[in-house]
Parts: sequence; C-alpha cells; structure tokens
Amino acid sequence: MALTNSSSGHSRLRWLVVAIPYLWLILLFLAPFLIVVKISLSATAIAMPPYQPALDFSAGLGVLWQQLKELSFDNYVFLTEDALYWESYLSSLKIALISTFLILIIGYPIAYGMARARKEWRTTLLMLVILPFWTSFLIRVYAWIGILKPEGLLNQLLLSVGVISEPLNIMPSTLAVYIGIVYSYLPFMILPLYATLEKLDETLLEAAADLGCPPIQAFWKITFPLSLPGVIAGCFLVFIPAVGEFVIPDLLGGSDTLMIGKTLWAEFFSNRDWPVSSAVAVVLLAILVIPIMLFQNAQKKASE
Amino acid sequence: MRRGASWFNVTSITLGFAFLYLPIVLLVIYSFNASKLVTVWGGFSTKWYVSLLTNQGLLDAAWVTIRVALLSATLATVLGTLAAIALVRFGRFPGGTLFSGMVYAPLVMPEVITGLAMLLLFVAIGFARGFWTLTLAHITFSMCFVAVVVQSRLVTFDRSLEEAALDLGCPPFRTFFTITLPLILPAVVAGWMLAFTLSLDDLVISSFTTGPGATTLPMKIYSQVRLGVTPEINAICTILIAIVATGVIIASIVTKRREVERQRAERLAIQGV
Repeated sequence: MALTNSSSGHSRLRWLVVAIPYLWLILLFLAPFLIVVKISLSATAIAMPPYQPALDFSAGLGVLWQQLKELSFDNYVFLTEDALYWESYLSSLKIALISTFLILIIGYPIAYGMARARKEWRTTLLMLVILPFWTSFLIRVYAWIGILKPEGLLNQLLLSVGVISEPLNIMPSTLAVYIGIVYSYLPFMILPLYATLEKLDETLLEAAADLGCPPIQAFWKITFPLSLPGVIAGCFLVFIPAVGEFVIPDLLGGSDTLMIGKTLWAEFFSNRDWPVSSAVAVVLLAILVIPIMLFQNAQKKASE
Repeated sequence: MRRGASWFNVTSITLGFAFLYLPIVLLVIYSFNASKLVTVWGGFSTKWYVSLLTNQGLLDAAWVTIRVALLSATLATVLGTLAAIALVRFGRFPGGTLFSGMVYAPLVMPEVITGLAMLLLFVAIGFARGFWTLTLAHITFSMCFVAVVVQSRLVTFDRSLEEAALDLGCPPFRTFFTITLPLILPAVVAGWMLAFTLSLDDLVISSFTTGPGATTLPMKIYSQVRLGVTPEINAICTILIAIVATGVIIASIVTKRREVERQRAERLAIQGV
C-alpha cells in the first residue's frame, strides 16, 4: 500500500495494516501453542475439559508461584516410558525422509521437462500440475484405496494379465503410505523446482557445450547447483508436513505403520487424553522447529 | 541446451502426468459404475448421483462446508492481503521477524498440531465449538496462503505508479483502492480461490475445531471412507473435483485474457494512439 509517507495520518494507516494481521496471528496462532505447552504440563482428569488446570492466573501471584512448583512433567516422562511414542517419532521421520527423497527423484525430471518445454506449452503444463494440488487431499488419497486394496484395480489388472496368481497385499501397508505421500506431495516439489529451472540462464549451458562439456556433466556442474534453492524449498515443503501426516497413514497404512500424527489423533480422539496429546504435539514441534526455521529463512530470502 | 522435445523430457512429463491424473480419472469413471462393487464394472449409470440428492446428512454437511468456505475465504483474503503488504512494504518493524515467522509457519505446520492448538484455545476461553470456531480456524491457516500468493505479486510491483499518485496529492487510502488493488487483483483473486478450496478440503483442523451440528463434507466423507469404498463417495468426490477444476480453469483463462488486454493497452499507450 502507498503508505511510505511519514506524515501522521499515513503512519496511523500503516500501523493498522501491520497491527490487524499481527494481532490476529498472535491471538489465533501463537497463543494456542502456549496453551498447548501449558496443558501438556497438566495432569489428566476425567472431566470436560479432561485436564486439571495447571496455571490459573486469576488467583494472584502468590498462588501462581505455588502452582508453578506443582507443574508436572509426568506427561513427558510418560512419552519416554512407552515405546509407542518414540517409535512413532522415529518411524515418521524415516517415512518423511525417504518420501522426500523419492519425490525429489520423481519430481525433478518432470519439472525439468516442463521448464524445457516450448513456451506456449508451459502455462498449460503448469496448470496441469496445479490442478490436482487444488483437489482435495482426502479425495486424492481415497482414489488410491480403490486402486491398491486387495480386490482393487491394480490387482485385477495384474491378475488378468497373468503377472501374478495371488492378489498382492499392497494396502494396508507402509508401502501404500509411501505411494500416498509421494502422490499427494509431488506438486509441492515440482512447483518450486519448476520456478527455479525456468529462470535458469541457458547461455551458461550453451557455453559449457561449446567448450566440450558433455550434457550430463553440464547438468551436475551447472543446472543442479543453480536449482538448489528450488530443491531446498521443495524438500522443506514436503518433509515438514509429511512428518505430521495423519490422513495418509490412517487410510492407507496398516496397524503396524506407526506415524506420530496418527498416534496423536488416537491419543486425542480415542483415549481423550488431552495432556498427553499436547505433550506429543510439543515434542513434535520441538523436532520440527529447526526445519521450520530453515524453511522460513529460505522463504524470506526468496521473497527479497 | 536444445529447447523443446527431447525424448527424455517428453517421457518424464508423460509418465509424471499419467501418475498425477490416472487415480483421479479412475475415481471419476467408477462414480458412473452401475455395480455396487466399486471395482467391478457393471455398466454406465448415474444412480449414485441421484441417491446423493436424497442423502440429507450429506446435503447438510455440504451446506455447512460452503458457508464456512465462503466466509473464511473472504476474511482470510482481507487479512492475508494486509499481511502481504505489511511483509513487503514495511518489512522492518518491531517484531517483524516474529510476524514473518507466524505467516510462513502455518504453510508447513503439521495440521494435527495446528488443529489441537486451536481447539485448546477455544476450550480455554470457553468459546462454544461449532460453526464459528470452524470458521475462525480456517481463516487463520488460509490467510497465510493468501499472504504468500499476494506477496509474490507485490514483490514484482512497479511502485512508481503509486508514487506518482501520491505526488499528485492522492490520499494513500484512495491510492490503494484506485492504483494498488486493481494491479494486484489477479493475485488477490487467486488467493481467495486458494483459501476457498483449502477450507473446502480441510479435514484435520476441522475435526479438531468443530462441535456438534457443524459437520463438514470432508468429515462426512472421511467417516464413510473408513467403512469402505462406495460408488456414492466416488460421486461426491467427482462433483467436488468438477467444481474445483471448473473454477481453476475459468480463473486461468480470465487471467490470461486480462494479461493479453493489458499488454495490448500498453503497446497502444507507447505508440501514443
């Protein structure tokens, strides 16, 4: 907005432009996390809401100090005692890491092909990548159930061709979760990759070719290093949400597919243990805080 | 490097798009399956679409979903546009780093965390859960997507036009509505559409923040999907896909036409016609 003039009316307007979204995010995004931390330190109770308030600011400072001393880390201790939790964290990180790598390998050639396509084709191709990205996540995961389940389309096809004689048990399994994550998050990788590859200065590659550099070597020495910002952005956009993914492991994964998003969901909706699910969320956030901050830095740099 | 079709590029694009589209195409085809068994083709039929119309629970859920999406997308667009302006134009203000952090974090934040956090806020302040908590939650996460979309347009924005208006004595408020907003409008519209579809699709955050009487379509679909694949769900999904696809295609055609017109107008202006 045209508010860079420093007279008082302008600066008031300018102040409002910043303050309204700022306050909104503090109240509805930041404050909730503080409440999560607070509740993760409370004791579980059979009531509604199902926790004992840990801090009650209305009671005055003296009482508050008393309450501070009573804060319990029991929920966090509980997380370390039950193997379910740390196994879920580790398995989520593993699944997210492998998926990110697979998506990079699959997404790079697609983005590269798009960036090298003729100019009049590029907008259409770009829209074709964006379109599934606008379509519901749930629907796209659901579409795979019909394909992967034991009596599903893939097994029918393979059986009728005669490649297999017994239906494959792809779903539910961890393999199906990988397929689901790769499928759902692929556009998040292609879009930033395409954005950097499209801007690539082609004269560099021509110069390399003129000097006798073979195309594959030119790719590793020029194209790939220059596309790194897109690679980094894409990897963060895929990795961070994939760690906390719930829908995909819930619908495509088996009971042996542990992911922390699924564990948190079960803890909250089935066990109704709010303090423990808050503690699960706090630890998950602590694991993700470094990748999130790196992502923000990359975003900030890209927008400047 | 040669532009255009090398066999490698064509193959990777073809396979990539086949992978992206095949599952959706199969889902749409099987929504017209006469057989109740989703994976056995029993002839063409539209009966599942007809049976949707008599499913009152589903229609109620669709109505809640559309109202939440319209309201939250509109408010998220206003807040997100303000946030984008704050980020691009007044990057350095006290707490600016915290602000940009709060705008970018929801883009990647796992939904289970955001959903749980918002629910606990609503419980802590004693806000009855239902339509309004759902809407507030949707505004909050989708405004950040709007902010990023509008921000990318503002970064490439020619500020001399605004400066000219201000120099000629146009008040900032009016300058915004007569110069800035029309120029960033395509991005604002795209942001609104993104916020609308994000709200339409959301399952996880909605499940946490909703209350009695406010069941959304994704929640309904999810509870049915857990029981198994049915042609009826394929039919709802096909309708949702059709709505989104039509919206996106129309928007991109309109944007392209506006762009062509703008370029023509600029050429004419340069030629002094």
